[in-house]
Amino acid sequence: MEQFDLSEARFRPVSELIETPIWVFSVANQGVQSSVRFPGAVDSKFTTEMSFSRPSNMPAMPTYRVMDSDGTIVDEKHAPTDVSDEEVLTWYKNMLTVNIMDLIMFEAQRQGRLSFYMVSAGEEGIAVGSATALSPDDVVFAQYREAGVLQQRGFTLQEFMSQLFSNKNDAGRGRNMPVHYGKAYPKQYTISSPLATQIPQATGAAYALKLQHLQNPNNPPSIVACYFGEGAASEGDFHAALNMAATRSCPVVFICRNNGYAISTPTLEQYRGDGIASRGIGYGIDTIRVDGNDIFAVREATKEARRMALADGGRPILIEAMSYRVSHHSTSDDSFAYRARVEVEDWKRRDNPIIRLRKWLENKGLWNEDLERDTRDEIRRTVLKEFSAAEREKKPPLREAFTDVYEELTEEAQEQMKELKRILETYPEEYDLREFEDGIKGL
Amino acid sequence: MSLLRTASHRLPRRVSVWQCRPYSAGPPTPSARLNLPIDYKATPLLHHTPSSLSMSPELPQNSTSKRLNLYQAINSALRTALSASDQVILFGEDVAFGGVFRCSVDLQTEFGSERVFNTPLTEQGIVGFAIGAAAQGLKPVAEIQFADYIFPAFDQIVNEAAKFRYREGSTGSNAGGLVIRTPCGAVGHGALYHSQSPESLFAHVPGVRVVIPRSPTQAKGLLLSAIFECNDPVIFMEPKILYRAAVEHVPNESYTIPLSKAEVLKPGKDLTIISYGQPLYHCSAAIAAAEKAMNGVEIELIDLRTIYPWDRQTVLNSVRKTGRAIVVHESMVNYGVGSEVAATIQDGAFLRLEAPVKRVAGWSTHTGLSYERFILPDVARIYDAIKQTLEY
Repeated sequence: MEQFDLSEARFRPVSELIETPIWVFSVANQGVQSSVRFPGAVDSKFTTEMSFSRPSNMPAMPTYRVMDSDGTIVDEKHAPTDVSDEEVLTWYKNMLTVNIMDLIMFEAQRQGRLSFYMVSAGEEGIAVGSATALSPDDVVFAQYREAGVLQQRGFTLQEFMSQLFSNKNDAGRGRNMPVHYGKAYPKQYTISSPLATQIPQATGAAYALKLQHLQNPNNPPSIVACYFGEGAASEGDFHAALNMAATRSCPVVFICRNNGYAISTPTLEQYRGDGIASRGIGYGIDTIRVDGNDIFAVREATKEARRMALADGGRPILIEAMSYRVSHHSTSDDSFAYRARVEVEDWKRRDNPIIRLRKWLENKGLWNEDLERDTRDEIRRTVLKEFSAAEREKKPPLREAFTDVYEELTEEAQEQMKELKRILETYPEEYDLREFEDGIKGL
Repeated sequence: MSLLRTASHRLPRRVSVWQCRPYSAGPPTPSARLNLPIDYKATPLLHHTPSSLSMSPELPQNSTSKRLNLYQAINSALRTALSASDQVILFGEDVAFGGVFRCSVDLQTEFGSERVFNTPLTEQGIVGFAIGAAAQGLKPVAEIQFADYIFPAFDQIVNEAAKFRYREGSTGSNAGGLVIRTPCGAVGHGALYHSQSPESLFAHVPGVRVVIPRSPTQAKGLLLSAIFECNDPVIFMEPKILYRAAVEHVPNESYTIPLSKAEVLKPGKDLTIISYGQPLYHCSAAIAAAEKAMNGVEIELIDLRTIYPWDRQTVLNSVRKTGRAIVVHESMVNYGVGSEVAATIQDGAFLRLEAPVKRVAGWSTHTGLSYERFILPDVARIYDAIKQTLEY
């Protein structure tokens, strides 16, 4: 009965708006055939050779690059001609800004002025480069090491600092750990700590964008860009998301930052296949591996991925951007406990997205030592100015501990706020409310 | 899991067979006067005639009605929702052909495969997908085939859906449009993985609402409320034993029943029984037997309807009046909904209490196939609790 019902369902009319492949199967394997009729693999051919497919026999997926580590364009066909020199300079400054902010904030955490921090060192090219290919209406779901995406999309230093110091100007109302940024427009969903949870959410959001564009063509065709590390790709949510994105043809570009480590775990203990890229193929997703230290390669791949994701009614694309996590995992991590200092120094010296773009700029006569020094000084001054302004701001009012759990405050929450207020008033010497906006009245 | 799940597809088709004579629940003993099969055709908890609908002020007055069972009422609510807004989408495992419990029957044909569709078999994917769609402004109604299989999505529900609005703060993004529907509760032979009622696990999580209807009329009103009037994520748990068993008149027009509002089903002055979902029918039968056996006793019956955030005022008002309370639910007694309700009563009606608050609930074990009737609360256990509480 079940079989009958299911197959009958396949003959039901489907929407003309979204092409869902409908396979119609007859009795499997009648007579002599070269290809199978099993519903699970319709294009498979029969073979009399008993041979296991072995990953070790397959070539590793190549890594796309546009310029080499000297900043020289490898194949002039792919020279970045679609963008002005001025624009490339803004990318460079955005990478530099994130890098300088990272150095200052990492140090600030070491001084105890910040509870936590995570730098992007070595991965600024992936973040800024991919973001240059997005439209403001595109939606971003990130993991936590993508400050460059926000920087490129107009997040201000004041917004960064307000979040890091969880002061009253923080969009997250002082509720999240540092580096859990979010923005209403261009839409960047607030980062959450659980790894990979954003990947199926990105798939669902992409489906919504596609449906809403179909229902109302005035809605601009937009994609979701979803970022995650190679460690997060081991979570079940990665599997769920890529499979759902493929079966529902969602316009989402998955961007994996493969930086070699998930905290202390090297990729050899993370997976045994050909990185993350090889899995995209398994899900039926068009996939490319790029050199993440090459901002031009990242940009071009993302731009093309965005175009493909919107073509023919929509589909997901996977980009695996290779890089190296130059920094510690976070301020709570000393990475020299599990990798050699010399390895890190080697990467810092040998290859780096910022230095590579700087070489390209210098080769074109657009940059020099003086400009570099002046720009660094200027960025550093601005960061420090916003830093001390944000550090001096009050925390949000105490009521924000209870609001936004539900759309409306529940009766239970109102009672608990009253009870907290009574406690604070009864034991004023036990609590310091000075740093909170409106003190006790903020409750 | 997959083997059992495949077998489970056959469950609904046998409902009509085991409804009268549950396999493991067994036939009543010849002399039983309490643990008799629930007679859904005669229970006072259902609207057997259109005239009783007008007695409920929450329901639309002067609406035409039709006799529907619970799955048909869910189907009617989903059809109403899909018609009312093109932002409503419906998806889950095997939803397209009508669902393994027939709740989504014909909806793909009517509303198209872009709005009603199957997903791959992945609960964490289904809920994650729904959160993303809700954040972008859709009103996704996601189905988890059995509440027993919601646990792979626990992280997405607890860490993501529930906390979404809170962590977004002033960006204003939220996943409030999200509704997760899932069949729950025992069916007579569901054993370990087709019987569970995990409501208390979600009631421990601020940010989600947990709703369990007891009847077709209630299911339609509460589900439409969850989809259109509630801008918070809702876990909507449907007692699957009622899908075909509970039949009543359901108003044809669209209507909503407020969330977080309990309903006093039967007034009384001596004892309050608080329950929700299918066990309400057992409570009703036990109350009838007790009131008959004990002259002049009047017992109040309250349907919680929303498990969290719950209507504490209605419960406290009742217990302050009666001075005695029993909480009844199918899921295990340890850390169950009864614990929260009993503690709240102790805190809010201490001086009025004349007996300890009793919890009649599943024993703290698993629903072993052969033992279901000994594990879950039945009429005899509720009757006994009434007797003990009144005689305390």
